Amino acid sequence: MKFFNHLTFGQYVPSESLVHSLDPRCKIISVLVLLTGIFVVKHPAVFALWGVLLGCITAAARLPFRLVLRSAKPVLILVLFTASIHIFFTEGDPLLQVGFIRITRQGLVMAAYMGLRLLFLVLFASFLTLTTRPMELADGLERLFSPFVRFGFPAHELAMMMTIALRFIPTLLDETDRIMRAQLARGASFDRGGLWKRLKAFLPVLIPLFVIVFQRAEDLAVAMEARCYRGGAGRTRMYPLCWEKKDTAALGAVLTLVVLLVIGDRRLFF
Amino acid sequence: MSIKAVNLGHTYHPGTPLETCALKNISFEFDRGTWFSVAGHTGSGKSTLAQHLNGLLLPMEGQVWVDGMEVKEKSRSLQEIRRKVGLVFQYPEQQLFAETVYDEIAFAPRNWGVPENEIPQRVNLAMEQAGLEKNCLKRSPFNLSGGEKRKAAIASVLSSVPDYLVLDEPTAGLDSYSRKELTSLLVRLRSEGMGILLVTHDLDIALQFSDSILVLQGGTQVVWKKPQAVLEHLQANPVPGLKLPDIAQLSAALREKGKNVPLTWQWKCLKTALFGEK
Repeated sequence: MKFFNHLTFGQYVPSESLVHSLDPRCKIISVLVLLTGIFVVKHPAVFALWGVLLGCITAAARLPFRLVLRSAKPVLILVLFTASIHIFFTEGDPLLQVGFIRITRQGLVMAAYMGLRLLFLVLFASFLTLTTRPMELADGLERLFSPFVRFGFPAHELAMMMTIALRFIPTLLDETDRIMRAQLARGASFDRGGLWKRLKAFLPVLIPLFVIVFQRAEDLAVAMEARCYRGGAGRTRMYPLCWEKKDTAALGAVLTLVVLLVIGDRRLFF
Repeated sequence: MSIKAVNLGHTYHPGTPLETCALKNISFEFDRGTWFSVAGHTGSGKSTLAQHLNGLLLPMEGQVWVDGMEVKEKSRSLQEIRRKVGLVFQYPEQQLFAETVYDEIAFAPRNWGVPENEIPQRVNLAMEQAGLEKNCLKRSPFNLSGGEKRKAAIASVLSSVPDYLVLDEPTAGLDSYSRKELTSLLVRLRSEGMGILLVTHDLDIALQFSDSILVLQGGTQVVWKKPQAVLEHLQANPVPGLKLPDIAQLSAALREKGKNVPLTWQWKCLKTALFGEK
């Protein structure tokens, strides 16, 4: 019994693919472009093309397709919630009316669009974390934000905070998992009883977890201070990022594809 | 009345790039009233093994039997098995949560549905067994000292009145006095008929107290024998990361130099062989 499958949280999956080896800046910008592209899609056929693109990137990243799909699991509830809101609250031609609940054709269409968009959004975004080490990701963001440093933007501090937060997600999941097991061994059960009972059953997990989190935060702060950490000024890197030809090529390819898809979408729609 | 594993195997993250085989082909059996130790280096699969014995992990290959009940998914006996087999995790003090030590120790029996009027008795017994002072009852478990926290955590498992007690590195981070206290507690529990399974990397303790020892290396079974036989095996085929006790190393070195002494981990035994009875 495994309570959290860490892979579902978009954790980095090591592999030696082309996508893995790209510069993080290239991947961040590409993902932003892809996400923007998804939000202007209006035609079902183009949605299918986006699906094909998703498959292609998965193949290029040498990731099992199931694993990528699973990374959308945590947001499935959000997707369903959004879709149902659109189903019930969109004005238009009524298809079905039961009491005050009215389902319209436009509502169904909107629900499908928004649901798919959100789903694609998460799936494409998950490529970033699936194929990029958290450290690289933070490095990439820091470099992308570095032009704003002169206006007082704390690029390094933000990147550091993000690294730490990302770094501790798997650790805390492990920790939670361990505490849950320990309480299960003492007869606790997390999957029985009503909502209130289940929430109460989580107290024996949450309290030790909080204790551990604060301890860890303090340990980390002391360890950083002991090594004279004082932010980004004058700090050099062990592995400086370098933008290669393949990064330019990949970014170019993504831009072209997205522009083509968007234009295609407009053509089909109007 | 025993815990038995037959060709037990377990793989983490099967079918993903992170797939790792944690256990393979492990077989052993130990009875109530005996002390069984699982020794191995970090990452040898000891902790994974421990969690199979009360159904926190379910066997992917082979079987585990507790008093004739098989540990498997959705088996109705799973709760019963968890009650029978108490599991003390590594650093068990990290799982403390209650407002008072009393509530902490009463957590398990309440979960098992023990009537409220019997709980004070259970708590008292568990505290006595674990060697915890009575005046701790009303205190917060977070205000106890390190050693007391460990005792409270062990008491909170003992209060289920388990038939078997599985402990994962219970002596880690304890000073030598607390360590001695803990081992003598385990010896006492064994004499009262409890089956003890100790997961450890410390051969000293394993050899000293066990009735039988299982040595793991990289998830596979190296040897499962009585302490003396295990020592002989490890002396002939060292396992990386498992250090023989100093006395055992000394006696082995003396034997190599041609001294007529037995291979042993007991100072008394070596001393007698070297200097005769007083």
